Amino acid sequence: MAIRWKEYPTQGLYDELMRGGGRPREAARFLCQYLKRLSEDEIQARKAAAELAIRVMGITFTVYSQQGASIDRAWPFDIIPRIIAKSEWDSIEAGLKQRAQALNMFIDDLYHGQRIIKDNVFPLEILAGSRNFREQCIGINPPLGVWAHICGSDLVRDKNGKVYVLEDNLRVPSGVSYMLENRQVMKRVFPELFQEASILPVDDYPSLLYDCLAAISPRPLAQPEVVVLTPGIYNSAYFEHAYLAQQMGAELVEGRDLVVGDDDCVYMRAVEGLIRVDVIYRRIDDMFLDPEAFDSGSMLGVPGLMRAWKKGNVALANAPGAGVADDKVVYAFVPKMIRYYLDQDAILPNVETYLCADKKQREHVLGHLDKLVVKPANESGGYGMLIGPQATRREREQFAKLIRKDPRNYIAQPLLTLSTAPTLVGDHVEPRHLDLRPFILSGQKTYVTTGGLTRVALKKGSTVVNSSQGGGSKDTWIVDSEGA
Amino acid sequence: MLSRVAENIYWMARYIERAENTARLINVTSNLVLDLPKTVTFEWRNLVDITGYSTLFDENYTAVDDRSVVKFLVGDFRNPGSVIRSLDSARENARTIRDIIPREAWEQINHLCLRCKGNLQLGLSRQGRYDYLRWTILGTQTITGMLAGTMNHDAGYDFLRTGRNLERADMTTRIIDVRSANLLTEQPTDLAPFENIQWMSVLKSLTGYQMYRRTMQVRVRRPDVLKFLFQDKRFPRAFYHAICEVESCLRDLPRNDGPLRLITQLQRMVSDSKPERLSQVELHRFVDELQAHLAEIHNQISATYFSVTLPATP
Repeated sequence: MAIRWKEYPTQGLYDELMRGGGRPREAARFLCQYLKRLSEDEIQARKAAAELAIRVMGITFTVYSQQGASIDRAWPFDIIPRIIAKSEWDSIEAGLKQRAQALNMFIDDLYHGQRIIKDNVFPLEILAGSRNFREQCIGINPPLGVWAHICGSDLVRDKNGKVYVLEDNLRVPSGVSYMLENRQVMKRVFPELFQEASILPVDDYPSLLYDCLAAISPRPLAQPEVVVLTPGIYNSAYFEHAYLAQQMGAELVEGRDLVVGDDDCVYMRAVEGLIRVDVIYRRIDDMFLDPEAFDSGSMLGVPGLMRAWKKGNVALANAPGAGVADDKVVYAFVPKMIRYYLDQDAILPNVETYLCADKKQREHVLGHLDKLVVKPANESGGYGMLIGPQATRREREQFAKLIRKDPRNYIAQPLLTLSTAPTLVGDHVEPRHLDLRPFILSGQKTYVTTGGLTRVALKKGSTVVNSSQGGGSKDTWIVDSEGA
Repeated sequence: MLSRVAENIYWMARYIERAENTARLINVTSNLVLDLPKTVTFEWRNLVDITGYSTLFDENYTAVDDRSVVKFLVGDFRNPGSVIRSLDSARENARTIRDIIPREAWEQINHLCLRCKGNLQLGLSRQGRYDYLRWTILGTQTITGMLAGTMNHDAGYDFLRTGRNLERADMTTRIIDVRSANLLTEQPTDLAPFENIQWMSVLKSLTGYQMYRRTMQVRVRRPDVLKFLFQDKRFPRAFYHAICEVESCLRDLPRNDGPLRLITQLQRMVSDSKPERLSQVELHRFVDELQAHLAEIHNQISATYFSVTLPATP
């Protein structure tokens, strides 16, 4: 017998599959029973099958090395899925939709009347210090009033099992292709489980994404020309760009494939000649979009693209400037935004957040650096953070300096003890910390992925789940145990 | 279809073909060497000359024996024509067009590339070489078959076949050129079995021996072999056949005036030629001309389809 659930230590934390004492949660019962029946050899065989599938399918991600070269690595994957009961998921889904709606209204407001500032709900100073507010976007009306068509919000659970939103990624959130590929791998490895249980499918994402993008086409065509704009093969998320383009049947283009004509329309260079482009799902940052409007040194962008967008000749998703809400300081205000725009209470709570811009809160942060996690407002990928309890005194002193120098750019949060899930380590299972990134599509309707990408910290005790820093992933199963 | 994508498909096909050709060449040569009389020393350098990377070879190797030549041609990443470098380039090109080629074909390219890199030691050893190269060839043929069987036969497929056949035509001329110049005597009357073996090896480098026998139904002789390899319409690795394939692809593509004009010129030039009568010197000159034409066709295709620009504003 390979997996002995009775010996699995939940450590007094919330575990996604196990209640403790070897008793599985209701939605995970079928899985735990199934795994228990597998012999050591069978488990290793499944693991090997998953690794083979990943290699053969060419699921990779790119890590930047110190030397500036990048390495393509196979995607680290754990074969034990994370399971969430559908009843619980339904309320998380409602919370995410509510959040995406409020965030879009907030962005639209900032580029128009700025009512939320005039009504003293959101401080002007914070907007003034925002690195992702784009003056070029003031007064622009993107189709349907939507700015962030694709949003990836990170969810975590604390040790009591309560779900919090940790951050909202509204610039170019990535990971959805791994969610889709993880499912493909699992179907190859555990086909019998998919027959046995009611595991909700995730595969409709690409077609929903296409519909969401096609709906904002400036030309009312049955099949508008939708393209995915990638920085290119050396980007860490290139795999995903190619994958989504392929799944949507859209062209995957690079900046050099596009050109803006004298008519301020965007064209792609094709074998047939120049073809007009209607919608660009861009996976490059604002600053690199258009060397005429932003960074003039950008080799990735398309000169004149902003001009074409402002004239409404092409749609961009996410819209330029949407990143203003992708800021950990702005994040702290989301519950207030929900109340302000929707007149509702936030369904999903934020993690308690201290704003270093505020004098009183800053003093608290500086006094408790050994207990808090400090994050820069605009970084992603887990870079540039201080994990107070694990840092050296010297590191904390350095951070204190950084905070004093640029308080607007830092927030602090208590160190959450993230929930765990059983993860295969050698020949047995151990608890490993994880989070969840669902994706929210906003268009005529709002849609949330069924589950999302579960990222797991493969290092014992670690809570850093980023793939660039030793994280891996698991398939996420939303299980309807009542219906089954 | 995006210009860049067309270009990637084109190069992917060329690199896959290049890997296969190189693998075939080495396998056949290794075989030939075993049959040569002990008095004859085989010049392994020949193979390097065929690929056109002699300078690069000389810069990096001192010995010119089978070990270093095979290492250079199979496993040296510095050599843009080596098997593993070609496969790697094919894979890189395929990677950027994963949204175009069928997933299983991509998986096969990826798999073949990783397998060739992972088992390189086998390919460099004398015992393992044959098997290694054989499954490399099998792997490239699998890719070709998968693409033929699962990819839309649209413009992308035309670029794929164009790339493959231009590369193939080029390789055929190189093999004829170098092999005949350095190894073989011109006299068709010289019936030494040794010469016979060499001409057979030329055919076998192009997997043409069996097809030659079926088509020509004569003994393996220089004039017939040359006629067969340059002008046969049905043998896939004959020069004429390969450029006819290119022509049929170009006919399906838009804006094809320029490239078509060049390819029909080349077709006429080959069908009007009398390769069987060429002396060694003339043959070499003829091959040079053909290669220059192929280069010109490549440039024309590249200018027409791979670099599309806005019309100049008046």
